[in-house]
Order: sequence, then C-alpha cells, then structure tokens
Amino acid sequence: MAEVFVYVDSAGKLAAEMLTMARPLGEVSAVIVSEPGDSAEAVAQAAEYGASKVYLAEVAGVGDYFMVPKADVVTELFKEHAPSAVLLPSTSEGKAVAAYLAVSTGNGLLTDVSALDAEGQATQEIFAGASVSTSKVTKGVPIVTVKANSLAAEPSSSTPEQVAVEASISESAKKVAVVEKVEEPKGDRPDLTEAGVVVSGGRGVGSAEQFKLIEDVADALGGAVGASRAATDAGYYPHKFQVGQTGTTVSPQLYVAAGISGAIQHRAGMQTSRTIVAVNKDADAPIFSLADYGVVGDLFKVLPQLLENVEARK
Amino acid sequence: MNIVVLVKQVPDSGLERQLTEDLTVDRDGSNNVIGELDEHAIEAALQLQADHGGEVTILTVGPDSATETIRKSLAMGADKAVHVEDERIAGSCAMSTSKVLAAALKKLEWDLVISGAESTDSGMGVMPYLLAAHTGAAAATGARKIDKTDEGLTIEHQTDNGYQVLKTSTPAIVSVWDTINTPRYPSLKGIMAAKRKPLESWDLDDIEVDASEVGTDAATTAVVSATKRPPREAGKVVTDEGEGGKDLADFLASEKFI
Ligand SMILES: Cc1cc2nc3c(=O)[nH]c(=O)nc-3n(C[C@H](O)[C@H](O)[C@H](O)COP(=O)(O)OP(=O)(O)OC[C@H]3O[C@@H](n4cnc5c(N)ncnc54)[C@H](O)[C@@H]3O)c2cc1C
Ligand SMILES: Cc1cc2nc3c(=O)[nH]c(=O)nc-3n(C[C@H](O)[C@H](O)[C@H](O)COP(=O)(O)OP(=O)(O)OC[C@H]3O[C@@H](n4cnc5c(N)ncnc54)[C@H](O)[C@@H]3O)c2cc1C
Repeated sequence: MAEVFVYVDSAGKLAAEMLTMARPLGEVSAVIVSEPGDSAEAVAQAAEYGASKVYLAEVAGVGDYFMVPKADVVTELFKEHAPSAVLLPSTSEGKAVAAYLAVSTGNGLLTDVSALDAEGQATQEIFAGASVSTSKVTKGVPIVTVKANSLAAEPSSSTPEQVAVEASISESAKKVAVVEKVEEPKGDRPDLTEAGVVVSGGRGVGSAEQFKLIEDVADALGGAVGASRAATDAGYYPHKFQVGQTGTTVSPQLYVAAGISGAIQHRAGMQTSRTIVAVNKDADAPIFSLADYGVVGDLFKVLPQLLENVEARK
Repeated sequence: MNIVVLVKQVPDSGLERQLTEDLTVDRDGSNNVIGELDEHAIEAALQLQADHGGEVTILTVGPDSATETIRKSLAMGADKAVHVEDERIAGSCAMSTSKVLAAALKKLEWDLVISGAESTDSGMGVMPYLLAAHTGAAAATGARKIDKTDEGLTIEHQTDNGYQVLKTSTPAIVSVWDTINTPRYPSLKGIMAAKRKPLESWDLDDIEVDASEVGTDAATTAVVSATKRPPREAGKVVTDEGEGGKDLADFLASEKFI
C-alpha cells in the first residue's frame, strides 16, 4: 500500500482531522519535527489516529529559525521515501513547509483542501465559500494543505513504528531568526476553532466595556467569543478573536452574530455553521439572509433578556 | 532601501465572484480591484520609504485589465511599475506564477519585496516561500509590523495566539496582514501624478522565461469542476417588541442549545 505523509505541526484537532483524512489513501506516516522533548503529544496522537509509522526528527534549535529548517527535514524524508501524497495543515507553518517542498521536489500544490479522494482529487471552497471546486495535481504527487473543521476526526488506534530521523540545520536555513515568541494568555473559554458554540459581537456592540455582554452570553451557552473585523479594528476585542476571511474560520453547531451586518468577508468565516442566529437592529442587514433565526432589535435589550431566560431554564 | 511590492489584480471580494466556463476567474464580469491585502503591502512600503528613502516599484503579473489597478497603486504613491503581461501566462498555477515573478524580480533592483499575506481571490498564502525558493532571499510571512534597523529587518509575525519577533537581513521577501496599517487613499494630486509615472510592460521574452514553463499546459494543478453553492435558506426573523430575548431563548431551547 502506498505511503502517505501527514505533517503534524502541533497536536490538536486539525492533526486528528488530517490523520483521519489520510487513512483511506494509504499507510499513514506522521512526520514530526520538533525541539528535543517537545513531541510526546503529537506522537501519542499519531498512534491514537491510526498512523503506521512516525518519522520523528528532534532537532535542537529548530524553533530558533523561521520555517526553513522544518521544510528541509520534510524535503529530505520525501526524497528518501517517495510518498504518494503529503498532507499538511493550512496553518502558516504547514503552508510554508508545503511551498518549499513543492518547489524543491517539483510537485503540484493545493491549499485549503476540505476533502481528498484516493485518486488525489481535492475539494476546495473558493471565493469565501460561494463556490466549491474540485482540483487535482497534474504534475507529480499531490502536496495538499488541509483546512481545519473539514471532517469529523475518528480515532483508530495503532502502534506505529517509530523512526528516529537525524537532521541538522544548514547555514542557508538560518536566514530568518526567531528571537522572541509572545503568547497571549488563553483564558477559560473553549478555543474559537474547536468550540461547539460561538457568540460574536460586531461594531454594534459599541465599546470594549460593552463586549462583556457578549462574553456573558458566550458563558451562558458554554461557547467561545468571536468578533467582526470592525469590532477588532475599533479595539473592542483582541484581533485573535476575529472571525472571517482574514481571521479564523469557524464551523460550530451554533453561531450567534450580534451587532454584525454580515459582510461577505465575515460570512466567509462562519457560513458553514450548523445553526446561525442573528440579532441586529437593522431588518435589512445581510446577516439575516443566512440566519436560521433572527431577531430584529436592539442587542442591549434582546441579549440581557436572553440571559435571564437562559438562567431561568437552568 | 529599494522595495518591490507585489500587487495582484483580483475581483472585488465584496461582490459576487465566480469561475467562467473554462474554470478560470471571471475577470470581465466582476469589478477588479487591487488585492485587498496588497493595499496594505503598498502602504507598508511607502511608510518604509518615507523613513529610509529608496524607490518603491509595483510588480504585477496579470492581464491587460490589470493596468487599472497598477495606476491606482501608483496613485497611492509608488514610483514606478512593471506589468508582466503575456497571453501565454494565462491559466498558470502558483508554481508557474512564482517562476514569472521571480524572473521579473531578477531584472529589478531590490532589498525588500512586500506582498499580501494571501491574495483575496485564490488566497493560497504561499507566494513569498515560492519566491524565496527561486531567488534565495529570506522569507517571512504574515507580518503585522516591519522595521528597518542597522542590521537588517525586524518583523512581527502574527500567530494565532500572539506573535513572534523575527530578525533577518536583506534581501528579504515579507508578506503582510491587514493589521499592519491602514492604507491611504490616493489623493487627487496622486492620481494626476500617476499618469506620468513610468509603467513598463514586459512579456516572457523580456524576462527570459520559456513559454513551456507557464500557462495551462505547464500547470502542476488543474481545476476539474466548480459549482456555486446554493445560498443558505433564510430562516425565521422576528421583530423585538419586548419579547425578542425570550423568543430567542425559546428557539435555542427548541434546538437543544439550552
Ligand atoms: C480584505 C478584507 C478582509 C476582511 N476580513 C474580514 C474578516 O476576516 N472578518 C470580518 O468580520 N470582516 C472582515 N472584513 C471587513 C468587512 O468587510 C466588514 O467591514 C466587517 O465585517 C463589518 O463588521 P460589522 O458587521 O461588525 O460592522 P458593520 O458593518 O458596521 O455592522 C454593524 C451592525 O451592527 C448593527 N447594530 C448597531 N447597533 C446595534 C444595536 N444596538 N443592536 C443591534 N444591532 C446593532 C447595525 O445595524 C449593523 O448591521 C474584511 C474586509 C476586507 C476588505
Ligand atoms: C479559485 C482559485 C484557486 C486556485 N487554486 C490553486 C491551487 O490550489 N494550486 C495552484 O497551484 N494554483 C491555484 N490557483 C492559481 C493561483 O491562484 C495563481 O497562480 C496565483 O497567481 C498564485 O496564487 P495566490 O494568488 O493564491 O497566491 P498567494 O500566495 O495567496 O499570494 C500572496 C501574495 O502574492 C502576490 N501575488 C500573487 N500572485 C501575484 C501576481 N500574479 N502578480 C503579482 N503579485 C502576485 C500578492 O501580493 C498576493 O497578495 C488558483 C486560482 C484560483 C482562481
């Protein structure tokens, strides 16, 4: 059976989805490149999701340089084992590794793929989800980056053979140094991409202080908080919570949009949610055209009353 | 510091967009604009130029109609532009496009190339890396800040939960997110001046790229089919007359969310 590479940049939901997507395509080999001692979670996840093999390159200093050292390791492994396809996450790291790999091995590259069949035919959502296209790689083997939330991850436990990969960092891979990593604290709410419920506020929320109301609704429903770009640009809420084309794509069971008009770039990040609810004082706001349930009204009246009713039912 | 800004002409993402029957972007029917993130790239270049001098050159690979967006880029304040335009390029994949851009870059003098983090039509988000592989320059992506220092460049690369500070020397290729700045509008004076700014048009022969490396036949990927997604059906909309929050709670309860 053909060998399929799955590049895992970090353990988590997307890694589980990629491993699930790769299983019908062949024998799955997880490829993990990390600082020594940082790979345990990813290795465990590869076993939980049915990898036959794990190529593990623990390289001291790999995180001190931007992207290229990791791409070099994957390229070497690719040349040695000639896999029939390579799946990578559609993250900035996954795309970087994919791009270098495609150029250095002369294979075609497809990005943000939501499904991949055994013939290498890939499904992509284009124009912010307005159209769905199928594409294929016509030169070489497919190098494909996978979009998060495209399928349900299914565990399938295995005992992968672990292959230790020796690697060093070449001088040419040291052009861009990572001198500092700043991570903002995560808080108690679920991750935006993984939450079953997302409650988002837009410009209509009016201020950073008033975003507390959105947080209260999110907490009452057990969800994550999101924001439109108008809200993040105005400083009402941190940028990392932006939902949309240039923010995060979410696909929860329930999406609540409050004080959001529903611009196409916002819809791009949420329109595949299962149930969409909108609260907006403008009956003509485009968001209502995709809402399963809409309330035309002032969010400062509607949401507090919603909260009271949710509490009353608990 | 000489800067080249990569500008792609794209159909306006605020309007309806589609593929034509030959499965390429419909660029006639739609309103073509500068790639929205590329406007931020132009602004970043102009701000660096204001502080450090040098020339800002716009580079576009695209059809004849792209001239319009190039003029707008010049109106924003760039000094000159190169338009690589050749029918044989039509239908190119990202790999071929990167070969064309790299060959054009080879003929220009630059210390820094700035692009959008992703184009707003196909949005692959890979061009800086493809170009780095061809040119040997350093690549850093997703910048929310670019500073020039005596040693080179300091860049803040935006991540999902924060940012990383990167240091690199030039030549470098850096892509930017919309968080980096607010693009200026072209002034009337800028629009007038743009008409007199140098705009060169190059074909494949000018940049010494063989026709066999580009276009539909050389493409490493192909679109097999495309269908418009049926619009989401609108559901129930109620007007709040004092009970809106309660109505919403009832709906959420009926859907088992509470
Ligand atoms: C390249 C590019 C990328 C972009 N990427 C994104 C992206 O990733 N995500 C994103 O969200 N946007 C993005 N945008 C911006 C997008 O076009 C819109 O400008 C933005 O989504 C608008 O946010 P909004 O709906 O909060 O604000 P507005 O459009 O101003 O809407 C505010 C809404 O609040 C309503 N309102 C006001 N007060 C109340 C009240 N008291 N009660 C109830 N309703 C009220 C108003 O009726 C209005 O409908 C992008 C734009 C571009 C060009
Ligand atoms: C819907 C759609 C899907 C596609 N999918 C694929 C695919 O999966 N694989 C594939 O190989 N090709 C694909 N293509 C072709 C690809 O879009 C073009 O080759 C394109 O020029 C490069 O991709 P990008 O714009 O997505 O690059 P990105 O990496 O998203 O572009 C980043 C930046 O690079 C610069 N840039 C990109 N193109 C140009 C240009 N022509 N001139 C000047 N600057 C530019 C801009 O600054 C842009 O903001 C697709 C095209 C379409 C329309």
